[in-house]
Amino acid sequence: MSTIAPLPPRATPTRAQPRNAPDRDPAWVSRVFWISACVVLLWPLAVATEFKPWIFLEPDNIRVSAQFIATFWPLVHDAEFMAMVARETWRTVAMATVGLVLALVVAIPLTLISTRVLSISALSGQMARGPFWLRQCVRWLLIFLRSIPELVWALVFVRVVGLGPTAGVLAIALTYGGMLGKVYGEILESGETHATETLMRNGSGRLQAFFYGLLPTNAAELTSYTVYRWECAIRSSVVLGFVGAGGLGQQLDNSMKMFEGGEVATMLLVFIALVALADRVSAMLRKNLG
Amino acid sequence: MTAPLHSKPRAANVPYKLPPGLFSARCKACWFTTALLVLVVASFWSLDLQWGQFLSLEAARSMGRFMAEFFPPDLSPEFVQRVAVGAWETLAMSALGTILAAAAGLALALPASRLHEGDAAYTRSPTRLILNALRSIPELVWAALLLISAGLGPFAGTLALAFHTTGVLGRLFAEAIENVPSGPGDALRAQGVGNGRVFLYATLPQVLPQLMSYTLYRWENNIRAAAVLGVVGAGGLGQLLSFHMGLFQMNKTATILAAMLLMVAVVDASSHWARRLMTR
Repeated sequence: MSTIAPLPPRATPTRAQPRNAPDRDPAWVSRVFWISACVVLLWPLAVATEFKPWIFLEPDNIRVSAQFIATFWPLVHDAEFMAMVARETWRTVAMATVGLVLALVVAIPLTLISTRVLSISALSGQMARGPFWLRQCVRWLLIFLRSIPELVWALVFVRVVGLGPTAGVLAIALTYGGMLGKVYGEILESGETHATETLMRNGSGRLQAFFYGLLPTNAAELTSYTVYRWECAIRSSVVLGFVGAGGLGQQLDNSMKMFEGGEVATMLLVFIALVALADRVSAMLRKNLG
Repeated sequence: MTAPLHSKPRAANVPYKLPPGLFSARCKACWFTTALLVLVVASFWSLDLQWGQFLSLEAARSMGRFMAEFFPPDLSPEFVQRVAVGAWETLAMSALGTILAAAAGLALALPASRLHEGDAAYTRSPTRLILNALRSIPELVWAALLLISAGLGPFAGTLALAFHTTGVLGRLFAEAIENVPSGPGDALRAQGVGNGRVFLYATLPQVLPQLMSYTLYRWENNIRAAAVLGVVGAGGLGQLLSFHMGLFQMNKTATILAAMLLMVAVVDASSHWARRLMTR
């Protein structure tokens, strides 16, 4: 057995040594700076929104809120009420459907007018000036329809046609008409346009080119977007009820104003189920459409 | 369709095949179309739509009168200033609501995601259920509910936006966290680093750009939502709108509507511009 060689002397601290992990976060200065900068930036926002979470802890407030939340249970589920909820749920779905159908009536002609792909003069370079401005104007109209929220349209129409689903349907039709028109245009222009162009170069009319070239290429995508919008329309038709357009939203608003917690809770659950169902149906349809 | 050469011999003339019948029980599109038609017809039939009232001359006249009342918009300095304050309130509501939602969404996204292979993720389904419930109640309904506790004003609106957006962002964040490449995290985990630090040093840096873009996108949506939240009394431009519309002060209403349109247009344009700048 050989003797063990003596260990070499310990490395002096001046020599290279594996660096220990620093005890402190090396980036702490910048972190502290950015966090305080955020606080400074957030301050005016909190002032503007009257952000006072402590009002939840005021005894009066706790009492009122607790009373309201306590009435959530038991859920109201007598036959009469459930029949009313079922009827209003159907009205909500029907409002969304009718609104979307009318939106299609608005959107399809406007899309056909505004699509660049269906321009005959654009086939040979620059689009002629008249058609260009016509398309631009239709685009502006679509942007205008889309920019006013459906709730505001509903407020306006409630004044004109009175309370009831007509106002809600019209509101959905106008806003969604704008949205659908814009997105349809984008879909049609972003897809493969070769077949359409060939058709038009060979003398087919614009509608023929649309039905035999453009539509078959993009049908799946167009349908899938429409189904998605139908799902969104169901959500908005509930909201429209709050300004008096009928349906689940209006009943929800009434029950909330009467502090009927049980009714509110039942309707919220029905609403969550409805949205989940619409979500599921729309996802399934869109998956099948590919 | 060409058959491979070694397949069984085929008739010289391909037998003539009839096109499929217009309806067959296996034709999904037929069922879809039928269901759609039934739904549309039933909807039109069951809603008592007052087209007569809407399309009548009387309605057209009242619509015209209504529109004429909008002009001229009230542009007196003090009112414009109030509208500007309302617009700032709307903007602040949407910004603060989105920030709160991003924080809460991130906090809920962690229990809602499977952090690594073999993570039992017991909390995944219950948390996702909560996120779905938060998401499926629209901002406006949240606002109406929160008015009872938070009182009239922008605070209720901010919280309403935060609640709804938490559901949306939480789900998107959870999806982003689950889809992140697992290499860096696994390397740290193999060294015995705990879940919290793995998240901070491996997962978060990878998903941060995605989380930021989701948050910005939702902020854009929330500005639009915040503008109308006030209709139930939750502050911002919407509250001014429903107040003045309720009093039939149409000139003021027109100013507020114009401010809303302007705000939405500015937000649209700047988001379009920012997207172009970032994707270039």
